[in-house]
Amino acid sequence: MFATALQDLWYGFGVAFEPHNIMWCFIGVFVGNMVGVLPGMGPLATISILLPLTFGIKPVGAILMLAGVFYGAQYGGAICSILLNLPCHPPHAVTCLDGFPLTKKGRGGAALGITVISSFVGASWGITEMIFLSPILVVVALKFGPAEICSLMLLGLLAGSTLARGSPLKGVAMTVCGLLIGIVGSDIETGTPRFTFGIPNLFDGVEIVALALGLFGIAEFMKSVNQLSEVDTKYTNVKFKDLRPTRDEFRRSIPAMFRGTLIGSLCALIPGTGPTIASFISYATEKKISKTPDKFGTGMIEGVACPEASTHSSVQGDFIPTMSLGIPGDAVMALILGALMIQGVVPGPQLISEHPDIFWGLIASFWIGNIMLVVLNVPMIGLWVKLLTIPYKYLYPAAMFFVAIGVYSTNNDMFQVGEVVIIGIVGYLLLLLDFHPAPILLGFVLGPRFEENFRRAMLISRGDIFVFVKHPISAVFIGLCALLIVMQVYVRLRAPKSLPTEMALPTDHHKAAEAAE
Amino acid sequence: MFGTLLKKRDFYAGGLMTLLGAAVTLDSMTYALGTLTHMGPGMFPLMLGCTLTFIGVLILGTAIVTPLGEDESILPKEREWYAWGCILAGPILFIILGEFFGLVPATFACVFVPALGDRTATLKGSAILAAGVTVVGTLLFTYVLKIPFPMFRFGL
Repeated sequence: MFATALQDLWYGFGVAFEPHNIMWCFIGVFVGNMVGVLPGMGPLATISILLPLTFGIKPVGAILMLAGVFYGAQYGGAICSILLNLPCHPPHAVTCLDGFPLTKKGRGGAALGITVISSFVGASWGITEMIFLSPILVVVALKFGPAEICSLMLLGLLAGSTLARGSPLKGVAMTVCGLLIGIVGSDIETGTPRFTFGIPNLFDGVEIVALALGLFGIAEFMKSVNQLSEVDTKYTNVKFKDLRPTRDEFRRSIPAMFRGTLIGSLCALIPGTGPTIASFISYATEKKISKTPDKFGTGMIEGVACPEASTHSSVQGDFIPTMSLGIPGDAVMALILGALMIQGVVPGPQLISEHPDIFWGLIASFWIGNIMLVVLNVPMIGLWVKLLTIPYKYLYPAAMFFVAIGVYSTNNDMFQVGEVVIIGIVGYLLLLLDFHPAPILLGFVLGPRFEENFRRAMLISRGDIFVFVKHPISAVFIGLCALLIVMQVYVRLRAPKSLPTEMALPTDHHKAAEAAE
Repeated sequence: MFGTLLKKRDFYAGGLMTLLGAAVTLDSMTYALGTLTHMGPGMFPLMLGCTLTFIGVLILGTAIVTPLGEDESILPKEREWYAWGCILAGPILFIILGEFFGLVPATFACVFVPALGDRTATLKGSAILAAGVTVVGTLLFTYVLKIPFPMFRFGL
C-alpha cells in the first residue's frame, strides 16, 4: 500500500511537472493569493469566475488551477487579516484576534513569517493525509451499493448544512433548495421536463456557473457595495526582512503549529467542518491549554500559528472526501466537483483508477503550489501588501464583466445572463433573510446523483424504504445522521443563549473591531 | 403577539420556505408519481417539497418561540437602492447591447453602470475603468478564448 502510494505520487509529479500543468498551477495559486489579499473578493467568487475560462483546457490543468485558487487564497487571506484586521475570509477571522495586535506592536512581519511557515507545515500534513488515506477510502467505497451511497450523501449533505455557519435549520432549508434546483430540467429516466416553466433553455437544467456566479458574485456584490470602508494602510509597510521571527517567537510557534495541524486534519475528515471551524476550534484549544490564556488577544504568536496551520491542513484535507468519494464538504469543493463534471469526469470512488492523472497530478501540484506560494509570499510580500489598497469600487465593476461574459460563454447563450441576474436577486434576498447560500451549491451538485442512487436503491429493494437501515454500512451512516440531528437539537434546547465557543469568538472579534474603529 | 411576529426576520424566512415547499409539493403532483419501486419523475420532488415545507414550519416555529431580537429589519440599515439598481442594470444592459450592438458596447455598459453604484464614483473614473476592462476583456475573449461574439454588430 505504502509503496504503491509513493509510486503513484511519483507518477503524479510527472503529470504536475508537465510545462502547461505547472503554468496552470502557477496561474491558479497566483490569482488565488491575489484575491485572498483583496478585501471583498473571496475564493468562491473567483473560482466561479474562472470556471468558464477552464472549459477550453484539459481537465487536469483546469482542476490544478481551480484548486490552486482555493489554497492560494488562504495564504493571501492571512495577510489581509493580520495587517488590516479585516476578517474578509472566514477561516482567517480568528487570526485577526492576535495577528492585528502583533501588527500594532510592530511584529506584523514576524506574524506573517510564522503564518507562511505554519501554513506550509499544515498543508504538507494535509497532503500526506490525502496520499495515504484516499486509496484506503476508495477500496471501502468501491464496495458501496446505491443504498450506501445514498446514505453517505445524506450524511454529507446534512453535515455540510448543519455544521457550517448560521442556523442549522436554515442550512438544511438551503440544501433542500439546492437539491430542488438540481431537479430542474429533463428527468434522467423518463425525459419529462420538470420545473422548467415551459422554457426550453431550462431543459438542460440550471447552469452551475450561473448559479455560482449569481449567489457568490452578484448577490455578494449587492451586499458589499458601499459597505466596505477604505482600508487603513497605517501598518501595511512590511518588507522582506521584517518577516523573520525572533528565536523566541519561533520556539513558541512550533508546538502550536503541530497542534493546529492535528486539529485541522481531524476537522477535514468530518464532512461539513471545513477550514473555518478548524481554525476556530484550534484557537480555542490553544487558548485553553496555554499557561497565560489572558494574554490571548493582545498579540500572542501562538494565536496566529495554530489557526493558520489548522486552516491549511483542513483545506488540503477537504479534498479527500471530494476526490475519493465524490462527496464535497463545502461550497468550494462542490464547485471543483462541478468543474470536474463539466469536463466529463464522473466523480466518485472510481475517479482514482479511471483518471489517475487528475488525482495524483492534483496531489503533486499541491506540493508544487504550496512551495510556489511560500516563494511568492516571502520575497514578494511588498507586492501583496500594495494590492491591499486596491479599492472595492474598482473591483466589483470589473468582476461584473467577468460574471456576464463568463456565464454567456458557457453555452454562448444570452439566456444564461438573464438567469444569473434572477439568481443574484434571489440570492441577495436569501442573504437578507439570514440564509447562507453556500449549501445550495452543495445540494445542487449532489442532487442528481442523489436522486439517481435513491431510485436505484428503491428498485433493487423492490420499494422497501427500510433498505437504508437494513444494510449495515448504510445503517451506520443513517445512525450518524440521526446523531447529528439529535446533537443539534440538544445544543439548541439546552443552551439557547450561550452559544458554543467557536460561535462566541467572532462576536467578540466584531466587538473588538468596532472598538478599534 | 402576532404584531411582534410580523417584525421577525425568521417569520419571513420560514414563511418563504413553507410557501416554496408547498408550491413544489403541489407542482410535483402534476408529474407521474409512480410507485416506490418504480419511482416516477414526480416522486423525488414530492419528497423534497414535503421536507422543505416541514423545515419551513420549523423555522416559523423558532420565530414564534424566540424573543424579538435587536436588529430584525430585513433590509440593511443603509438601503442602497441606487447601487443595487446599478449592479443589476449591468448584466441586463449586457444582454440588450450584446444582442443588438456587439461585445464592445455591452462590456463597456456592463462595467460602467455598476461602477456608478459606488457612492464615491465619478463619471470620469468609471468611464476610464470601463474602457480599460473593455480593451482587456474583449481582446482576451475574442482573440485568446475565441468566443463567437462579434465585437460590433448592428441590428439583429
